[in-house]
Amino acid sequence: MSSTDDYQPLRGDDHAPGDEPVGRHEIAEGVVGYLVGLGLAILLTAVSFFIAGTSLVWHPSIPIALVVLAIAQIGVHLVFFLHITTGPDNVNNILALAFGVLIVFLIMVGSLWIMYNMNQNMAPMAMPMG
Amino acid sequence: MTAFQAGADYGDGRREEARRPAAIALDHSDPASKRIIVGYGFWIFLLSDIIMFSAFFATYAVLSGETAGGPSGRDLFDLHNVAIETACLLLSSFTCGLAAIGARAHNGLMYYGGMAATCVLGLGFLAIEIREFVGLVAQGAGPTRSAFLSAFFTLVGCHGVHVTLGILWLLTMIAQVFAKGYRADILRRVLCFALFWHTLDIIWVAIFTVVYLFGAGA
Repeated sequence: MSSTDDYQPLRGDDHAPGDEPVGRHEIAEGVVGYLVGLGLAILLTAVSFFIAGTSLVWHPSIPIALVVLAIAQIGVHLVFFLHITTGPDNVNNILALAFGVLIVFLIMVGSLWIMYNMNQNMAPMAMPMG
Repeated sequence: MTAFQAGADYGDGRREEARRPAAIALDHSDPASKRIIVGYGFWIFLLSDIIMFSAFFATYAVLSGETAGGPSGRDLFDLHNVAIETACLLLSSFTCGLAAIGARAHNGLMYYGGMAATCVLGLGFLAIEIREFVGLVAQGAGPTRSAFLSAFFTLVGCHGVHVTLGILWLLTMIAQVFAKGYRADILRRVLCFALFWHTLDIIWVAIFTVVYLFGAGA
């Protein structure tokens, strides 16, 4: 009844997030992709943990380096594990991701910005009493 | 858009086959395969889940300094544990990918082996996290101690709940493939599970950076 043949898109111009654009029986090719992703992710993670504890680099640069490394690692996960790429068959997935990233950016930066300003402008009430 | 609507109410493969010519007549294109529609819908859900996490991240970032005279991240976090947790989750993401390849190739050894390894690594992650939480509560640094700790337990605990649900889903998928075989509908669920598990790892990357590395270092 149900076949397993819905891996390949009917017209070949779209694919599901997480599906690789390789044939179903090319196991080795798929494993190599995940191995490359794993290697890059381990490298970036190791550098993150090293940077966080080191005194070798200028101290104020550490948080920026950590953020950059984390974003790079998220990119590695998206490309090698979730198979979200920039190919023409991935436009829907990329557009959804771009909208999600926009909302995440607005929530994070907006919250931090507003709360920082409110902290700055708040009258020091607790200080004299404490 | 019409392609998505046309594919949405198909029951099984046969009806899909029977109705396809009508869809061609309407919009000159075949409907996307059900796997693409399901995967895309689940991708949208995952993005909404990430947006929910971003609200918890924003809360944590705003409150991370509000320790109310209690312990701060620098006093509490053990980066050695966090490194082991990170390794568990990263390797489980890899083995989950192997299981997805195995499911695609109908390779039982790869599928069941990959899923079993993912399950063991996920349980290892959870065990370390629960031990950390119990230790924090025992030394008086529970979620009621300060705004910082409330935000910490909410953010990291929410991720832990996702991992727990993911492991239950994982066991369900092992049982379903075992009982029903590599059917198209079962394999779509395996695809969604793999997407879910990889996304948990992405959220953990943000957690170990923003919560643990920032907290222990700066």
